Amino acid sequence: MAPPLQVKQLPERIVHATIDGQRVAVPEGTTILAACRSQAAEVPTLCFLETLAPVNVCRACVVEVEGSRALVPACSRPLETDMVVSTRSKRVDKSRRMVLEFLASSVDMSLAGPDVERWMEEYGVDPDRYGPKAAAGADLDARAGRHGPTVGAERATAAQPVKVDNDLYVRDYSRCILCYKCVEACGDQAQHTFALAVAGRGFDAHIATEFEVPLPESACVYCGNCVGVCPTGALMFKSEYDLRQANQWDESRQTVTDTICPYCGVGCTLELHVQDNAIVKVTSPMDHEVTSGHLCIKGRFGFEFVQQRPPAAEPR
Amino acid sequence: MERHLSADAATADERAAVDAILSRPPSPWVGGERSPHALHAARRDESAVPPRDLLLPALRALQAEAGGVSRGAISYLAARMDLPPSDIYGVAAFYALLDVDAPPEAGASVKVHLCDDVVCQLAGAESLIAKLRDRYGAEGEPAGGVSWHRSPCLGQCDRGPAVLVQRAGTYAADIAIASATAEDVARAIADPTPAPTPPATVPQAGDASLVVLRRIGRVDPADLDSYRHAGGYESLRRALALGPESVIQWVTDSGLQGRGGAAFPTGVKWRAVASQAARTHYVVANADESEPGTFKDRVVMEEDPFAVVEALTIAGYATGAEQGFIYVRGEYPLAAARLRHAIARARQRGFLGSNVMGRGLSFDIDVRQGAGAYICGEETALFNSLEGRRGEPRNKPPFPTVHGLFGKPTAVNNIETLLNVLAILAVGPERFRAVGAEDAKGTRLFSLSGAVMRPGLYEAPFGTRLGAVIDMAGGLRPGRTLQAVLLGGAAGSFVGPEALDTPLAPAALRPIGATLGSGVVVVFDDTANLRHTVLRIARFFRDESCGQCVPCRVGTVRQEELVARLAAGTPRGSAADEIRLFHDIAQAMRDASICGLGQTAASAVDSAIRLGILGREGGPA
Ligand SMILES: Cc1cc2nc3c(=O)[nH]c(=O)nc-3n(C[C@H](O)[C@H](O)[C@H](O)COP(=O)(O)O)c2cc1C
Ligand code: SF4
Ligand code: SF4
Ligand code: SF4
Ligand code: FES
Repeated sequence: MAPPLQVKQLPERIVHATIDGQRVAVPEGTTILAACRSQAAEVPTLCFLETLAPVNVCRACVVEVEGSRALVPACSRPLETDMVVSTRSKRVDKSRRMVLEFLASSVDMSLAGPDVERWMEEYGVDPDRYGPKAAAGADLDARAGRHGPTVGAERATAAQPVKVDNDLYVRDYSRCILCYKCVEACGDQAQHTFALAVAGRGFDAHIATEFEVPLPESACVYCGNCVGVCPTGALMFKSEYDLRQANQWDESRQTVTDTICPYCGVGCTLELHVQDNAIVKVTSPMDHEVTSGHLCIKGRFGFEFVQQRPPAAEPR
Repeated sequence: MERHLSADAATADERAAVDAILSRPPSPWVGGERSPHALHAARRDESAVPPRDLLLPALRALQAEAGGVSRGAISYLAARMDLPPSDIYGVAAFYALLDVDAPPEAGASVKVHLCDDVVCQLAGAESLIAKLRDRYGAEGEPAGGVSWHRSPCLGQCDRGPAVLVQRAGTYAADIAIASATAEDVARAIADPTPAPTPPATVPQAGDASLVVLRRIGRVDPADLDSYRHAGGYESLRRALALGPESVIQWVTDSGLQGRGGAAFPTGVKWRAVASQAARTHYVVANADESEPGTFKDRVVMEEDPFAVVEALTIAGYATGAEQGFIYVRGEYPLAAARLRHAIARARQRGFLGSNVMGRGLSFDIDVRQGAGAYICGEETALFNSLEGRRGEPRNKPPFPTVHGLFGKPTAVNNIETLLNVLAILAVGPERFRAVGAEDAKGTRLFSLSGAVMRPGLYEAPFGTRLGAVIDMAGGLRPGRTLQAVLLGGAAGSFVGPEALDTPLAPAALRPIGATLGSGVVVVFDDTANLRHTVLRIARFFRDESCGQCVPCRVGTVRQEELVARLAAGTPRGSAADEIRLFHDIAQAMRDASICGLGQTAASAVDSAIRLGILGREGGPA
């Protein structure tokens, strides 16, 4: 994303610190994550997104800071003068492995992208250490603070049926890592519609509309911005979902075409994902200065008219 | 902004319950019923939108009115408070004492919460549960308007088994019963005027040499004059004479450390808040006491409520706060009632308000009740809860002294910590610090329960031997031998009989991997099934995790599954494999969790493995 417009009155203060043995100097307020990235030290992140305020809940980005008892989330903690940060200590690697393993043991991470796949390999993730998956899936009891008896022979998961309640996008919360991005994007970080919230608590915490009503009964305006930020494929265009169900989704056969949304004068950039001459998904670049990746229902889903073809049999 | 609201309408009773908290809507435009002739003008009055921190009180009022929070009620709240319905739902669904799953018809709902936690297990919780099952059917299934649920510790461990009866509708009331029989429960369900609560078990009551408990049993908790005769408000008078800076100096010099679990120096915390240039400061008394085995703050609030009010006033004076909050856990109805009464009396008599003790000092206190969530005792989760949000802890830094309640500098202190301040001002820092251990000054309250002759609340100097504290309670029952002691509650650790000679002070406990935490001492004799206790603790953390961060949300589940396997003697692979896996889980929770809940969730299990309670090769039968 383009940096927000800023009028600087005072010269920036520079913070000097050490990351993995290298001295670094960054402007005050820079997060450890940003500083690491400027050093090309890779720090895995799951709940962090450049366009949203950090919620620091996934803990994949933890680093070790000398003098701090617990590990520290790099995504939200500003680098401080003389901090000594280590991004790959034994403790860090162990925690990262466990975070990824905990997630992989409880949700379906198969669509979380190539980076996650690589990290799982790199940190040695083995979700089967916790036993076979429980058949019944999560005990999504609406009552907070209660759960059924646990025998421990099987591992609890978030497995549950896909929610298909509208024509535009589906919600498969058995893939949800609870990164809060959809809630933030639907809320005050982008859309300001507030159709989604986190409900329940503990392992039963989940993304919900009020009283779990289907989306058409909720406040949702189908901007698709939650879909745009979801890192795991839990939220997915219905068009993509249908193709995947039919085993026809094939990114190698897809092209991406940039264009400008034809509907209004704002001028949002659209990326049309096209497979077999049909638009299957619409995104907007996150670093685009108008959209920051966010669109409205028209740009996001209003593409059907492009591919309305006259019925073949009818004469013109 | 125009909110999307469901078509469900609140009942007149639900609206009245909400209006009693938010006050009546000033105009039809902010949530009232719109009449056709009111539609001639559109206007919006920001100042008419009630502050968000009234959300939890309003949800509690709805629960009491209708036995749950209905769709219509959320629509009404959303309109009145200008909040998204999804957001309100997410908040309501966080708390165990609020029901969002199809609340029953108004007027016919009673929920019985039965403590089956570590101490009540020793006191026959399961046999009480069996009786309730006979009478009222399976857990969680309403029969004849009554349903019962297993509950985590209700803070009545001195006299288990404990029950909280949550009655909705016309005879709405929260009734705590301990020790409870099936007949007591039946009476509390049916009888509009519940039986009076028995007095607290404070075997040392009346002993004037005590520091914190000195007034217990000597003052009438409802009578301000009785409190003043016992020396009440002398400490505030002294504080006002000293000035805020000297009060902080005294508290610092006394060596007082927080009693809520983290043992942070109180003087340092107060100075940090007092020195913040940003204004409005707040003081908060943390009375969420939900650590299993802890009941000390409840006894103090119930028996000596004016002392809590006076101490918080001093905290406010020292830190420059004009508003204090006492956040009382929802399961403590009597404590909340007595505090509210004490505050009203103090206000009437000029000990609170705009001119405290005639000295021009402005300070007042509001009591807020939780709704069933251990995590809300974590200070930043407490702020979120008080602000009407889900009780999810915030990442620290920034610390509460800089960015606390409503984003303002805030001093949050435990009830026991605050009461010590009264003593410091009464006797001076020198005499206060003359008692106790090298590394911890003064006395400590011990919530002592389990297999002892006289369970109850005890006060003893820091550094008293564990065995001596157990002896204060008359020791074990005749013919029994000690198996283990749980020190510090679910977030603490088990120690074996060899720890009886260990002085109860931080440095002395460190080598045996223990801390005092909130002062819990649960004694287990040879009849106790400790594997069952460890499993209950693992279940507790899974239930009480807020669910925000991965290490704790999933780690507490994997830990419980692992403990269940070990407790049943059915490890995956060998017991040693399981213990290796446990240490991986424990390390991630400790290292990478956001807050103290996740960071300590493996502590008791870890100690149980160390002591061989769990995971001995071959496994228990
Ligand atoms: C999970 C959790 C629960 C807590 N519960 C309580 C509590 O019930 N009462 C309390 O005073 N402190 C509790 N604390 C500690 C508070 O966060 C905070 O440190 C304390 O209220 C500060 O007061 P003190 O300095 O007087 O001890 C809890 C901490 C955690 C991590
Ligand atoms: S589509 Fe837009 S309005 Fe609907 S839930 Fe997603 S972000 Fe919210
Ligand atoms: S649905 Fe997607 S964006 Fe929302 S919390 Fe789950 S993983 Fe994150
Ligand atoms: S450690 Fe547990 S209770 Fe604390 S923030 Fe994380 S999930 Fe919530
Ligand atoms: S990326 Fe930092 S906690 Fe998720």
